[in-house]
Amino acid sequence: MRRLFAVLIALAPALPALATEVTTRTLDNGLEVVVLEDHRAPVVVHQVWYKAGAADEPPGKSGIAHYLEHLLFKGTDDLEEGELSATVARHGGSDNAFTHWDYTGYWQRVAADRLELMMEMEADRMRDLQIDDVDIATEREVILEERSQRVDSNPYRLFGEQKMAALYMNHPYGIPVIGWRHEMEALDLDDAMAFYRTYYAPNNAILIVAGDVAPDEVFALAEEHYGPLAPTAGLGPRERPQEPPQLVERRMTFEDPRISEPYVSRDYLAPAREPGAQEEAAALVILSGILGGNDFTSVLPRKLVHEDQTALYAWSYYSATSYDATSFGIGIQPVPGVGLEQAEAALDDALAEFLEEGIDDEQFERVKFQLRAQRIYAEDSTRHLAERYGRGLTSGLTVEDVQAWPDVLQAVTQEDVMAAARAVLTRDRAVTGWGRAPAETEEEAAAMDASAPDAPVEEVTQ
Amino acid sequence: MIRIALAACLAIAAAWPARAAVEIQEVTSPGGITAWLVEEHSIPFTALEIRFKGGASLEAPGKRGAINLMTWMLEEGSGEMDSQAFAAAQEALAAKFDFDIGNDTLSVSAKFLTEIRDASVDLLKTALTDPTFPAEAMERVRAQALARIRSDATDPEEIAWDAFDRAAFGDHPYGSDKVGTLESVAALTRDDLFDAHDRVLTKDHLYVSAVGDITPEELGALLDTLLGELPDEGASYPPMAELGIEGGVNIVPFDTPQSVAVFGHAGIRRDDPDFFAAFVLNQILGGGDLSSRLFTEVREKRGLTYGVYTYLADWDYAKLLMGQVQSANDKVAEAISVIRDEWAKVAETGVTAEELEDAKTYLTGAYPLRFDGNGRIARILVGMQLSDLPIDYIETRNDKVEAVTLEDVKRVAARLMRPEDLHFTVVGQPVGLEATN
Repeated sequence: MRRLFAVLIALAPALPALATEVTTRTLDNGLEVVVLEDHRAPVVVHQVWYKAGAADEPPGKSGIAHYLEHLLFKGTDDLEEGELSATVARHGGSDNAFTHWDYTGYWQRVAADRLELMMEMEADRMRDLQIDDVDIATEREVILEERSQRVDSNPYRLFGEQKMAALYMNHPYGIPVIGWRHEMEALDLDDAMAFYRTYYAPNNAILIVAGDVAPDEVFALAEEHYGPLAPTAGLGPRERPQEPPQLVERRMTFEDPRISEPYVSRDYLAPAREPGAQEEAAALVILSGILGGNDFTSVLPRKLVHEDQTALYAWSYYSATSYDATSFGIGIQPVPGVGLEQAEAALDDALAEFLEEGIDDEQFERVKFQLRAQRIYAEDSTRHLAERYGRGLTSGLTVEDVQAWPDVLQAVTQEDVMAAARAVLTRDRAVTGWGRAPAETEEEAAAMDASAPDAPVEEVTQ
Repeated sequence: MIRIALAACLAIAAAWPARAAVEIQEVTSPGGITAWLVEEHSIPFTALEIRFKGGASLEAPGKRGAINLMTWMLEEGSGEMDSQAFAAAQEALAAKFDFDIGNDTLSVSAKFLTEIRDASVDLLKTALTDPTFPAEAMERVRAQALARIRSDATDPEEIAWDAFDRAAFGDHPYGSDKVGTLESVAALTRDDLFDAHDRVLTKDHLYVSAVGDITPEELGALLDTLLGELPDEGASYPPMAELGIEGGVNIVPFDTPQSVAVFGHAGIRRDDPDFFAAFVLNQILGGGDLSSRLFTEVREKRGLTYGVYTYLADWDYAKLLMGQVQSANDKVAEAISVIRDEWAKVAETGVTAEELEDAKTYLTGAYPLRFDGNGRIARILVGMQLSDLPIDYIETRNDKVEAVTLEDVKRVAARLMRPEDLHFTVVGQPVGLEATN
């Protein structure tokens, strides 16, 4: 394969730099409008993103951002309950919404000639939501069922919730987006409307229209329907409680009988893309690709799964786009018979070896070539392109940052990656979690204790 | 303001772009392999979809899990390459290969860049036609399959589907999980994998589509290079499954805060004259959007669930009307009772004229929106071939939906919807729910 590889590296720079046309404008009331053109099919995606998510909730009101997202389908002064979705469906479209720590988004996907109707309805519910105590009571049951289905029925999600709570000692990223159950149960109409009135406003929103549209027409329609909406006055800077210096590793052992395959997962606090300064995040994206992006060739799977055969799976992940500090994760699921202490030690050895040996030249080029190719494949889905802008702009980045990102990734050097790895992969700023089923017999329990590490488990130490 | 705009839009609904703008060509390679193609030269890559009909249902007796394991092993070494070399080559080409095994098909989804198409095709060819199933890799992948089986055994949703399938389909391949059991997977040998490969990846099971930056001539040559060396004949297809479930409730106790209920009974064949009426009926009853009857009654009005849906399971060897709901242990009995009531109501009285119109405008309007990406279009094309639909189906499909009348829906509802036959498999600790069998 070596000859093939040489050919590819020679070819690689020749990949065409294509880009969907992107046009932007900001309305007088502060609404930022982004238009992405794709004329292959007569379809349009219409999205409104609010720069408000779970991490912007007041203390004690966890889940209100997501709850409000559900309530936005209940009705306005002009729309009956459920009328918006029914209207979208009647026009052959689909619609939904999503909530994250950093944003809440609403979208419809329809034939391009239905764009104006979508704008009319979405603009209507930006300021004129009308809900009552009955709506709120029924919908609270729905979000509690959603929590049961997505989190409480899934031990891996429960593990993740506890892990995030330990990773973020002060920042609200430690609180789950869906909310803690006891706080969700107490959410009421006033909580929802207070959040709504503050954050659902043109000067806190981004409108993205992607598909078979002409930018000038989109801007004219946006001016007509969103232009008259009043901004929220006195909306201050978006500041959440920040992490103090993290000085000591935290550890947890989460036991649940539904975890049939034990595993170790570790998250390090890590920087995210910053406006005008995306270099370190770019280096971490490539680091994640090198450590765990491919189940065969990446460092952790190669060493742990294929060479040592300690693991069934080994992985890494990094989410670069985030308003505040994000996390870099690694993990290992050992083969049966290998305990979690041994698995964690193998994981740490593999990392130490990597930090010493550095990066394989060919692997580095392959990872970067894949990122270049990804730009071509990404052109196939306008919706994904639109989401790239939505996530970026609600995470404090600018359109220029989003557009520069592929080049910033390509400019990363091996030295950048190693420097980022050394800076981030320090256990003082990490949580290490063990997930497993509880011991069923005393013998098993004794065996588990024998393999426990020196640091106390079962509690968050800091 | 809103209402005026609505009226205006309804008035122009006649001008709906009811036709998807895709032009399908049938391409037959010099070697005689047929594929459907849509040329789309604006982005320099091609999406290729390959299906081997039969999938995991072509399993040899006593070898449950062999076809699944074989599929998982296609990237683990082929020709002169071991798994590392194969993966490195794939990375270097930035080609995307996905191998997936289902009850009805083994699917291969590939995307490759125009500039390095030939090298990508050569690489994919080794995986499809010359896998070596190395013994060491097999042990690792076997361990992954065993881990999956253990993990599924603690997942309420998997438990529910497994129990439903076992009751519904018995000894038919549909009646057991394609991954196999701890015992059957432990017993598999390398020879079983070669045998599984011979059973499934053959020309008589083959269906292909391509969408993207490729001409018919180029595709013809590609088909012969990639697939020309496959053997002509594989295992024969299994018979239709006989449906073994009866109406009632089966409870599988499991310690979880929320019960999962899977439900269903006999469905309808795609070539049935009333298929489209049934399709529209399902959309109104529990189809995917946020305004179906079940969604409204179970979620919006009563807050009993986060999600409830139904669908016509148009599988190759069984036709069912199926659904699923998740609800807290102390509420699932009520959710089931509401679903039963809705079932009975629609069987007795059909649907309203307004519901029918809304469903038809949704279905006909949504259809052309599906064709908006090379990968998506390629999957639709290969699906059409597997369902034995004509190449001009896309142009006639909306007319078939439009032709459904209120009478048609009423007739098919009375025939299809059988509340007394509706079988629920419930996993959890449901309160106030009686098992009937």
